[in-house]
Amino acid sequence: MHKKTAFSFPDEVLEHVFSFIQSDKDRNSVSMVCKSWYEIERWCRRKVFVGNCYAVSPRMVIKRFPEIRSIELKGKPHFADFNLVPDGWGGYVFPWIVEMAGAVPWLEEIKLKRMVVTDESLELIAKSFKNFKALVLSSCEGFSTDGLAAIAASCKNLKELDLRDCDVDDLSGHLLSHFPDTYTSLVSLNISCLGSDEVSFSTLERLVCRCTNLRTLRLNRAVPLDKIANILRRAPQLVDFGTGTYAADLRPDSYSDLAGAFSSCKELRSLSGFWDVVPDYLPAIYPVCSKLTSLNLSYATIQSPELIKLVSHCPNLQRLLVLDYIEDSGLEVLASSCKNLQELRVFPSDPFGVEPNVSLTEQGLVAVSSGCPKLQSVLYFCRRMSNEALVTVAKNCPNFTRFRLCIIEPRTADYQTLEPLDVGFGAIVQYCKDLQRLSLSGLLTDRVFEYIGTYAKKLEMLSVAFAGDSDLGLHHVLSGCESLRKLEIRDCPFGDKALLANAAKLETMRSLWMSSCAVSFRACKLLGQKMPRLNVEVIDERGPPDSRPESCPVDKLYIYRTVAGSRFDMPPFVWTMEDDPSLQLS
Amino acid sequence: MSPENGKLLPETDAGGLNFKATELTLGLPGESRVTSDGVAKLGSKRGFSETVDLSLGDNKDSNKLGQFQINVPEAAKSPVSKAQVVGWPPVRGYPKRGTKSCKYVKVAVDGAPYLRKVDLEMYNTYQQLLTSLEDMFSCFTIRNYLNDKKLERVNGIEYVPTYEDKDGDWMLVGDVPWHSSNDTYKTFKRKLNEEALYMKHPRN
Repeated sequence: MHKKTAFSFPDEVLEHVFSFIQSDKDRNSVSMVCKSWYEIERWCRRKVFVGNCYAVSPRMVIKRFPEIRSIELKGKPHFADFNLVPDGWGGYVFPWIVEMAGAVPWLEEIKLKRMVVTDESLELIAKSFKNFKALVLSSCEGFSTDGLAAIAASCKNLKELDLRDCDVDDLSGHLLSHFPDTYTSLVSLNISCLGSDEVSFSTLERLVCRCTNLRTLRLNRAVPLDKIANILRRAPQLVDFGTGTYAADLRPDSYSDLAGAFSSCKELRSLSGFWDVVPDYLPAIYPVCSKLTSLNLSYATIQSPELIKLVSHCPNLQRLLVLDYIEDSGLEVLASSCKNLQELRVFPSDPFGVEPNVSLTEQGLVAVSSGCPKLQSVLYFCRRMSNEALVTVAKNCPNFTRFRLCIIEPRTADYQTLEPLDVGFGAIVQYCKDLQRLSLSGLLTDRVFEYIGTYAKKLEMLSVAFAGDSDLGLHHVLSGCESLRKLEIRDCPFGDKALLANAAKLETMRSLWMSSCAVSFRACKLLGQKMPRLNVEVIDERGPPDSRPESCPVDKLYIYRTVAGSRFDMPPFVWTMEDDPSLQLS
Repeated sequence: MSPENGKLLPETDAGGLNFKATELTLGLPGESRVTSDGVAKLGSKRGFSETVDLSLGDNKDSNKLGQFQINVPEAAKSPVSKAQVVGWPPVRGYPKRGTKSCKYVKVAVDGAPYLRKVDLEMYNTYQQLLTSLEDMFSCFTIRNYLNDKKLERVNGIEYVPTYEDKDGDWMLVGDVPWHSSNDTYKTFKRKLNEEALYMKHPRN
């Protein structure tokens, strides 16, 4: 009797079924069911995400997934954002582009984060991928507007050019003029990080005019306020708009022109930019405020009263980025006006000042936690905190997925009781069962790590600074946090014991960063020798670690799992700890 | 109008400011001894805390000074702040994007013995610039063409803000939108507008 099973479906049927499975996790699961599913799946996977560009080689990726259309790569460790990773560390995209140029000519989309991108890479992209559609560069560096011009000139089907927080060498090459007159497919353009003062407004207007599918347009600071009205009138279908400089001498006709232009944009849901804001011009955006879901005011140096007025006009706000000028009073208004708020980020206006320059304390955070039931994601900079406030916040917001608190002065205790903030953060991890990302600050002992190891079972990313007493703290985290993928630690007294005792855990994680801690060179060598599937890299600008006693702590340590072996592009200040087969664990 | 026309310095005025203007002090001539919010101002280089004027509450002009960056370059930090720890607090730094080139221009006022320099990058509008110049040259009153306001006149003489553009012509401040005209300024000069004075503002 011929037994029919699900596994006897023709490949095309399975492939069709798999095409409905988009998430990487699910795709990975599908590929592990059996060998034939692995084979079918790999031929039809279209999108690949590589969280650490050194975890796998480009050749391996292409060999396994020859038909990809989209690739996303991440390079440098997160702490590179704060200047903790020296220049030249790595994260070069060029080798990836070279491999893909040859083997994957139908590639459509490249998304990069914290990578070094050269003009050569951009020119190779422009030349090699005939159907190229989307380039998203997030916190990247190493390229100039010349490279971007090549993309603009050659990629006829380009839909998206998004430069987020990149460090671009702006050669004033009139980037926009390189888009041909026949080019109309632009959907999303973000040039907010370009520094040049020269933007040809007529070129911009013509581009906006002919690209009728444009939905996202984020301009740079060079575009003055009096040009905005013309642009908006030519693109009333915009959903996401970033202004340039939001300042001008107040003239009644230009104000009404601007207000009129904003009101013609019925689809606008997201606003950003607002450099150099002159408050008198802010009401021009009121016509769109009632439908706004996202507002980024992190460059707007306006005071609390203006912020309050603005925020009160936005009842549907889901996402707000703002400076601490908003103060506790402004956050209280936010809490009562914006019941749909899901994400709040409050940045410090004077991060290096010793004394508080604004009246923003834990009270603002408590108010928002109390008033906004849908709040899920918080990034909050402040100068004082209490366990009581943190416990209140935790109880108010059990749905938190991301909680990042930065108390500006390291090791600041609970201002009311002068105790460590262990209990407060402990409440956060205890009540917020779905917490995926947590950043700690303030005075913290090993106890907070015990709480984290015990309760934070869904935690994927943890950032720690100036905290803990001993190796026990690190041990709690490594042994308890089952979902941990990324751990970054600076200036903590964590040393060899916890690291070596939890070596196997490191293979289940993407990466571990430790800087200014107490891990000895000896321990690094041992770890490198015992764990062949980890790259253990010591970063030390003082010189070779073996020029100092083995017991000396290394300056910075970056450990990541990899199937690609040691990397070949290390700068002189990075040393990789070699495998020693005789020492490996079985 | 000859710039060396020293007769433009008033001999007498109501508050005896003329003497104060030539008094030997640590401050620069013409500079007021106190700022607009009453704090005594030293004749020293502006530190970071002064470039971002953060008075709380209702002073709506409090943001006029300076541009804001989330990450401040080392050189601009206030002498009051402690030694910086690298990368703390964890704010994003965009070193190239944040720092713009300084656009210093010379400002000369007819009758003042010294010139001053201002960084045009510090201002977002003409109004801010004029107010700042007025602060710097507080002995002299500046006619505000933009809003046609009558500024408080201390000594009965008004000055007109003009500048020399790249073609060498003397232009009245304010005709061209602020951001598009920045790169044509060379020197500001305050010229006495005697004609306007006599026609519109008869002296007491």
